[in-house]
Amino acid sequence: MTVQEALREDTAPVRSRRRSRTRWVLPVWSWLVILWLSSPIIVMIVFGFNDTTGKFNIRWQGFTLRWYRELFTIPDLTQALVNSLSISLIVTVIATALGTLMGVALGRYRFRGSGSVNLLLFANIAAPEVVLGAALLSLFLTLGVARGYWTIVIAQVMFSIAYVAITVRARMAGFDPALEEAARDLGAGPVATFFRVTLPLIMPGVLAGALLVFALSIDDYIITSFNAGNTVTFPLWVYGASRVGVPPQVNVMGTLIFAGGVLLALLAAVANRRKQA
Amino acid sequence: MSRSRLSARLAPYYLVLPGWLWLALFFVVPTFVMLSVSTQTGDIVSGFKQTFHWHTYVEAWDAYHVQLVRSLVYGLVATLLCLVIGYPVAYWIAFRGGAHKSSLLFLLLLPFFVSFVIRTQSWNFMLSDNGIVLSPLRHLGLIGSRFHVLQTPYAVIGGLTYNFLPFMVLPIYVALERVDRALLEASADLYASSREAFRKVVFPLSLPGVFAGVLLTFVPAAADYVNASILGGAKTTMIGNIIQTQYFTNLDYPMAAALSFILMALLLVGVFAYARALGTEDVFEVNAR
Repeated sequence: MTVQEALREDTAPVRSRRRSRTRWVLPVWSWLVILWLSSPIIVMIVFGFNDTTGKFNIRWQGFTLRWYRELFTIPDLTQALVNSLSISLIVTVIATALGTLMGVALGRYRFRGSGSVNLLLFANIAAPEVVLGAALLSLFLTLGVARGYWTIVIAQVMFSIAYVAITVRARMAGFDPALEEAARDLGAGPVATFFRVTLPLIMPGVLAGALLVFALSIDDYIITSFNAGNTVTFPLWVYGASRVGVPPQVNVMGTLIFAGGVLLALLAAVANRRKQA
Repeated sequence: MSRSRLSARLAPYYLVLPGWLWLALFFVVPTFVMLSVSTQTGDIVSGFKQTFHWHTYVEAWDAYHVQLVRSLVYGLVATLLCLVIGYPVAYWIAFRGGAHKSSLLFLLLLPFFVSFVIRTQSWNFMLSDNGIVLSPLRHLGLIGSRFHVLQTPYAVIGGLTYNFLPFMVLPIYVALERVDRALLEASADLYASSREAFRKVVFPLSLPGVFAGVLLTFVPAAADYVNASILGGAKTTMIGNIIQTQYFTNLDYPMAAALSFILMALLLVGVFAYARALGTEDVFEVNAR
């Protein structure tokens, strides 16, 4: 318990009467908001178990596990999911590598031009997605590059680098340069120093950045749709299906991705807590 | 010795270079290419030629200022709603969350584990005329048979508010979390009521978070077209829908590029003016944590 927390507890009874109203208004409001935020997720999960017939999965018609068994019966959808997963993996590797190097440079060194690099990252994050997508498409159209799998990778890495760089840069704030100097004094070259001293120390920041990139990449619709050509990713497929009726398999895939993401996040949190304890 | 000092001086440039090149090639250069495309004339069959036809911008404004203004208005309303809905939640978690702070934040972030398109689609499903919200209400006679939610501005603004709310709550939470609790004790010692303490101490200190939240919400909300096309109708078309249609249906690249540029100019000028007013570094820091 920190001193601040102790202070707060100490004075809590004195204030409780004055705050009796806010005491229940705030939690009720907050829980309502949380419920509102989760309602589409609940609906998605529940209707993955709906024994629906026909194209529209709108009315509840009884419980079934059929869609879990028939998860991969729509070849286009399966292909879209495979594309999404493999693209996200490639994007995560490239963007994490490039972003980490940038973050280390910005957090570790003072150098001429660092201001303009920061500005570049800021502009990249601040620019609306539709403009990023449209600009890149203009380039590909002008050069006559056919859009497809690899142009999606290029586009997604482009909007992901800045997030990694900023996450890693924040992590570098507590970095002691003397550790690198010590490694150099002991005869380690710059590359060995980076991989054996710097990188392990900033690993939590790098992993956080990588997870963020994976989440952004697998979920991206707007920029991807501008540069996808005929290649279809999971969000693109769902968007296309939203006009004609989304099959329950989409709910199931959404549920599985959701469960996987939550599990991963919980594991990361537990690992973090154990390390701190 | 001098060689190693030189290489130490060059080290940050080596580190920055690969990422910088990627951003230069696929973010900066394309932006200029798009500017160049926007002043070309021609059509998809005979090709486009650079004629410095700036008049396209005038045509773009004349034809689509309604959608442009609508996007800014929808974005602004959604941002304000996010602020009003999200601030109390951020406040509650930061000051009353106790040991459950991270669990509560996690609940707030749950939607991010589900694809943006699926979430929006899920709202379409819930709010449809025969859906699980409206049909019980209609059976109870609470709403008439002509009552719709989908295809109205309410549905689109609601969707935008829903999708971008966490972007508002998080930076505000970070700012509130950093407020020194001793300041509250001090204000109580000086006989400030809790309302006064909030107005004069807590709220001003949370403003950087509010600014960052507004930024992170407004730009994507105003430029979004997924909500407008899944939840909206013909009368709620936003500028993103138009840009998309111009590129992929009308194949009028100069018009599409000009519209993108107008949108970016409006938003970026606003963002930079905004960031200047409170210092870029500040926005960045709230972003990063």
